Amino acid sequence: MGVIGQNELLFLLQGLKWTLLLSAIGFIGGGLFGLIIALARTSAHSALRKSAAGYISVFQGTPLLMQLFVVYYGIALLGVSIEAWVAVAIAFTLHASAFLGEIWRGGIQAIPKGQSEAANALGLHYVSRMKDVVLPQALKVSLPATVGFLVQLIKGTSLAAIVGFIELARAGQIVSNQTYRPLLVFGIVGAIYFVICWPLSLYGAQLEKRMAKAAR
Amino acid sequence: MPHAADTQSPLLSMEAVDKWYGAFHALKNINLTVRKGEKIVLCGPSGSGKSTLIRCINALEKIEKGTIMVEGTKLDDSGKSIDAVRREVGMVFQSFNLFPHMTILENCTLAPMRVRGTSKADAEKIARKYLERVRILDQADKFPAQLSGGQQQRVAIARALCMEPKAMLFDEPTSALDPEMVKEVLDTMIGLARDGMTMICVTHEMGFARQVADRVIFMASGEIIEEAPPETFFRNPSHPRTQAFLGEILAHH
Repeated sequence: MGVIGQNELLFLLQGLKWTLLLSAIGFIGGGLFGLIIALARTSAHSALRKSAAGYISVFQGTPLLMQLFVVYYGIALLGVSIEAWVAVAIAFTLHASAFLGEIWRGGIQAIPKGQSEAANALGLHYVSRMKDVVLPQALKVSLPATVGFLVQLIKGTSLAAIVGFIELARAGQIVSNQTYRPLLVFGIVGAIYFVICWPLSLYGAQLEKRMAKAAR
Repeated sequence: MPHAADTQSPLLSMEAVDKWYGAFHALKNINLTVRKGEKIVLCGPSGSGKSTLIRCINALEKIEKGTIMVEGTKLDDSGKSIDAVRREVGMVFQSFNLFPHMTILENCTLAPMRVRGTSKADAEKIARKYLERVRILDQADKFPAQLSGGQQQRVAIARALCMEPKAMLFDEPTSALDPEMVKEVLDTMIGLARDGMTMICVTHEMGFARQVADRVIFMASGEIIEEAPPETFFRNPSHPRTQAFLGEILAHH
């Protein structure tokens, strides 16, 4: 059995760097695109509403693993060669945008109709009505669910290993294969995930409690 | 040739307006003319279409038939006509509908800045003027939830006034208030009426109607049943449905 030394730990941290980066890309890309999905889903135009609903069903109804495969090999089939991390970033953005879009759709629809009526009566247009009145309130009520999804996303990045991407979980697998100490290595890997995800979960629960109090 | 009586030309008119919600005929052949400075009180049993009527004036509801003109603008489906009308007509809702995530001051400055392109400094000056007028300036930096219902409704009036509208619509402005707060809101509205604002108020406050209205309109089942100056309306209602309605609500006062 090998020793888990500085080099091995450093290798794991390299993996962690990619895990965090992928999560950030997925969350930011998914957030921007998800906002568009949420707005389309709540739009007055039925074609937009239906397309957004279809998009959400497809990405919520299929495994993330499969989405990664389709994007990774699909883009290659088109004859475009891209790096693994780009393909993975695209897949995570698509995946996250469907989930965040649906979460925020719920938030938008939870805002009382009187708010947009008041905005309308004051002559505010769609952009201001959304940006100034509806979205700040909708995103606030959606915050606990959004944090919850971020936790899912961070853990979900481990699936990127399947297309050969060396993030934290894959790094752990490699170290484990070299050292023959799977229990210790995956124990460390699991602890790292936990240290990142647990505070986020706590934060989400706290937000929810605070909001429940404010709503009383 | 226009003459002096032009000042009497209508600020707002509805001609042969019909509205349906699916199969439900919500407004039936509504004809209404409101001159500049006039105060109209709309009353009637619930479901009679009075709220629907005023919500059609600023296009919160769409009409199926007829014409609505506001300040010479004919309301149609175009965003342009709707914008033009909403710029000139303010509205106060039963449930206040203040923006809860903004301070009182921000509630008042948002529309002037976004719709009229007023600078922040000017918008705040206007907001302070109207908050002062509804006697709530000292609360300017608070959030709506920190205010009482009566105070919130006065802010809602100030918010609408900040757009400097030519007419104001009130949709049961005191119905959601605790009894002790009704007076402060009515007093604010009476002050507004004294200053010459054109007002259409859906309300059951008959004291307010007596004191302020130029005309009281009674609606039932989507129709205007009776229309008269308050003295005549209260003392001598001609239609049996009006008599029955007045009997009902005056018995409680």
